[in-house]
Amino acid sequence: MNILISNSSKEPIYEQIKKQIKESILRGELNEGDLLPSIRQLARDLHISVITTKRAYDDLENEGYIVTVVGKGTFVAGQNRELLRELRLRWIEEKLAEVVAESRALGVTLPELAEMLKLLYEDPPNGGNSQP
Amino acid sequence: MEDVAVLDRVSKFYKGFKLDRISFSLKKGFIHGLIGRNGAGKTTTIKLMMDLVRPDEGSIRIFGLDNRRHGKEIRRRIGFVYAENPFYDDLTAENMKRVVASFYKDWDEGAFRRYLKLFDLPANKKIKHLSKGMKMKFSIALALSHHADFIIMDEPTSGLDPVVRREILELLSEVIQDENKTVLFSTHITSDLEQVADTITFIHDGKIRFSLPKDEVLERYTLVKGGTDLLDPDTRKPFVGLRETPVGFEGLSDDPKRVYALFGDRVIYEKPTLEDIMVYTIKFGENRGGNQGAEHSL
Repeated sequence: MNILISNSSKEPIYEQIKKQIKESILRGELNEGDLLPSIRQLARDLHISVITTKRAYDDLENEGYIVTVVGKGTFVAGQNRELLRELRLRWIEEKLAEVVAESRALGVTLPELAEMLKLLYEDPPNGGNSQP
Repeated sequence: MEDVAVLDRVSKFYKGFKLDRISFSLKKGFIHGLIGRNGAGKTTTIKLMMDLVRPDEGSIRIFGLDNRRHGKEIRRRIGFVYAENPFYDDLTAENMKRVVASFYKDWDEGAFRRYLKLFDLPANKKIKHLSKGMKMKFSIALALSHHADFIIMDEPTSGLDPVVRREILELLSEVIQDENKTVLFSTHITSDLEQVADTITFIHDGKIRFSLPKDEVLERYTLVKGGTDLLDPDTRKPFVGLRETPVGFEGLSDDPKRVYALFGDRVIYEKPTLEDIMVYTIKFGENRGGNQGAEHSL
């Protein structure tokens, strides 16, 4: 897992960390039980303050993505299936919103877009990996 | 979380300068930054904490102990790095180390050797032949080699080149990998604290302006840039300070919501740096009675 922090971004650093860890979980790069770096280690590696990484981890823990076991470390939580499905749906929605915005900018109409989607869904370019 | 240091309404009066009832506390396990311009009271505050000067009022507790009554025990657990070179110029680094080591019963020769190696310090050179950066690294190596729980550094980075400064900052992050260790670091080079510091205590004119988690400080303020035609007595109010030129204004506000309600998308908003906050507060603070922010504490 990579975490890349931009100091010039308007997004607060703890948000950037949260987002990137969440994405790694949703994409399946991080799986249930995987050990995350400790807040102190992460702060050192990213060259940021401990309070910032702690805030990111606290939020992720409250949202059910990770669990901290005292003396053992912080792990990716076992995701509730419903929750995970909902999160993944949300992720699809976000991606689709990007596609819609791009289509609008290019003047691609809804029927045209729907047709493209239909073709892609029925005949995926990377050989049938429709179950991510 | 446990407090490592608590200052309670501490005052010190000198001719022409007073430290005026300062209060703040520092939590265990973090890197704390003490910022302010030269002469603001940073070194006096640190000397008071080290019990090197006596306060005229107020009390200081370090590790939960009164620092006047338990000065000796407290100092043994502190690794102190002075702003100016406190060593004997004609001794070699090795001999100077012997002198310092004799004061600490927890002296760890192995740790000291590791720091010498890490910093590439020549033990047999006389102190006076070490460069400024080398002297500072030597000083830090000594401070870190007796299992101190609290590292206090007075301006450790001033006058050093960026590479050495970065090395020192990396080392501080390394120190607090142990959550029982705490660092206090004073500087007027605020960019050194921008990244690694957990809290910022800002001292100006002998008063504490704020002592807060760094993220909170940076979120509290916003830097606004816009056309001067937008300014009138009402819209000026939420600014700590304004810099106006014929081609526009730049202002620091501690009320981002209000500023957004007033200006909306007609201005540019930027994240201020600690330096922006320090400079605006010092330069323009007087406009608002000079005391704004004083009530904030951790």
